[in-house]
Amino acid sequence: MTSEQVKTKDAVTPRKSKRRWTPNIIVFACNWCSYAGADTAGVTRIEHQPHFRIIRVMCSGRIQPAFVLKAFERGADGVLVSGCHFGDCHYIFGNERAVEQFERTQRMVKLLGIEDGRLRLEWISAAEGARFAEVINEFTDQIRDLGPGPFSSRRAGSNNGKP
Amino acid sequence: MDRLTQIGKETRAWACYDCGKCTANCPIARAGAPFSPRRQVLSTNLDHREAIESNGSLGICLTCMKCDSSCPASVEYSKLVQKLREYTYREDNVGCPHGGALQSTMRMMAAGKTVQNRMDWITDDIRITSDESEVFYWTGCTMYLDAFFDELGVHSLNGTRAAISILNQHGITPIVSPSERCCGHDLLWGGDRKSFDLLAKHNVELVESSKASILVVSCAECLRTWKIDYAPYFSQRPPEILHISEFINARNNDLSFKENGDARIVTYQDPCRLGRHLEIYDAPRSVLGLLPGIELAEMHQSGKRAVCCAGSTWTNCDRYSKAIQVGRLKEAKATGASTLVTCCPKCQVHLKCAMNDPNLKEDIEIEIKDLAELVVEALD
Repeated sequence: MTSEQVKTKDAVTPRKSKRRWTPNIIVFACNWCSYAGADTAGVTRIEHQPHFRIIRVMCSGRIQPAFVLKAFERGADGVLVSGCHFGDCHYIFGNERAVEQFERTQRMVKLLGIEDGRLRLEWISAAEGARFAEVINEFTDQIRDLGPGPFSSRRAGSNNGKP
Repeated sequence: MDRLTQIGKETRAWACYDCGKCTANCPIARAGAPFSPRRQVLSTNLDHREAIESNGSLGICLTCMKCDSSCPASVEYSKLVQKLREYTYREDNVGCPHGGALQSTMRMMAAGKTVQNRMDWITDDIRITSDESEVFYWTGCTMYLDAFFDELGVHSLNGTRAAISILNQHGITPIVSPSERCCGHDLLWGGDRKSFDLLAKHNVELVESSKASILVVSCAECLRTWKIDYAPYFSQRPPEILHISEFINARNNDLSFKENGDARIVTYQDPCRLGRHLEIYDAPRSVLGLLPGIELAEMHQSGKRAVCCAGSTWTNCDRYSKAIQVGRLKEAKATGASTLVTCCPKCQVHLKCAMNDPNLKEDIEIEIKDLAELVVEALD
């Protein structure tokens, strides 16, 4: 995405109303499939909810537990990990590594007592713009139901500093 | 007085007379790393903050206290490193090969905004309570280590379960609390004093409010933290804090062992926290002496001279750590032992990781067990 695109995207994003809480979701997307899938969703002008930030990585196999845990630690309400479908990985077996890493992450998240529904793994190909929008909408609604994440600064009684 | 001078005073760095015994003894420097404890001490004395931070060696240090134990001027080098890390602390500066996942986990526990699911490992054959008991058993973070290092085949929870069944054998149903949090050892030694503070206050209050008179700990690092680093946090007289091996020694009449156990040779890895930090060398050895059929073969470097597992505080892991681990495992193999016994889950993690090397498989592969597991196997 070029800086102009980012600017226009920000411009069309509705301003957060002060009263209503909107989720803060981190999406990890691989360069070859999921990120391109998000791009396809944008190019085909499919509407979806905007309350997420995409972090692009070269391969979903790179998404270590540390990434997800740090996101939660810093106050994310939900984390979506996405990559290529099995057999489609640009690096042959990267997404198989991603599954291993994801399972490890899930175990840690469970031990820590963060709700299961805040973490999700999805395979989205570059052609599946509609699927990307669907997953985002579904996940955002799910997080909305769960409410602010345990480490979110917007949780009631939080003393994380910022309002 | 500026902070560096003060740190120098607190840790006796000023007493250094530049003999270099610390660097000669340092396992990391011996493995060939560009690291020198002596240089660090001198930089502190000369007030060279830049030199302390720039050579990156603060994170490399294992804080295993091998240098402390050989210093003729009694410079407390490990304490110096801990204080310097605190002084130069930046949250984003994570030297850990796990990308800071474990630090994040510990900090989330420190923030304490969730209810942990940390009791799933309890099996039917062990008895615990959450109300009142004479003994509080401190599990440490073994369930997290097993979950995170699953692919290495780390089973540190076996040691935790075994320790509880030893307590059960003594007729004790210990308190195991679901609201226990990480002891904060790694955060403290990584320089994050703020999070450590939160954890220490929570944990001390938890144990104090349980009214237990004895706190039994299996993990060497938790034990060090409880005995030394938590001392200022107690508001009343602290409970008696014992390592599981000290507990067994104090009450060994209550255990009945099999008449003749399988004869086998084991060797013992002194965890740096249990050995040089707390000077508990004999208790685990005398527990091994109680077990029928088990013969202890000491490694070439044992007791005060034991080499650490090269990864004590999640701040470093590189080829030098690997070299130290491989060297240690070869030493263990050379004793002819079939099992390497240790008292620290982190020794298990790091030594198991080193064993993954396919080229060295036969040379270094050895079974690793917690001391408590061995005791339970020998019970009648």
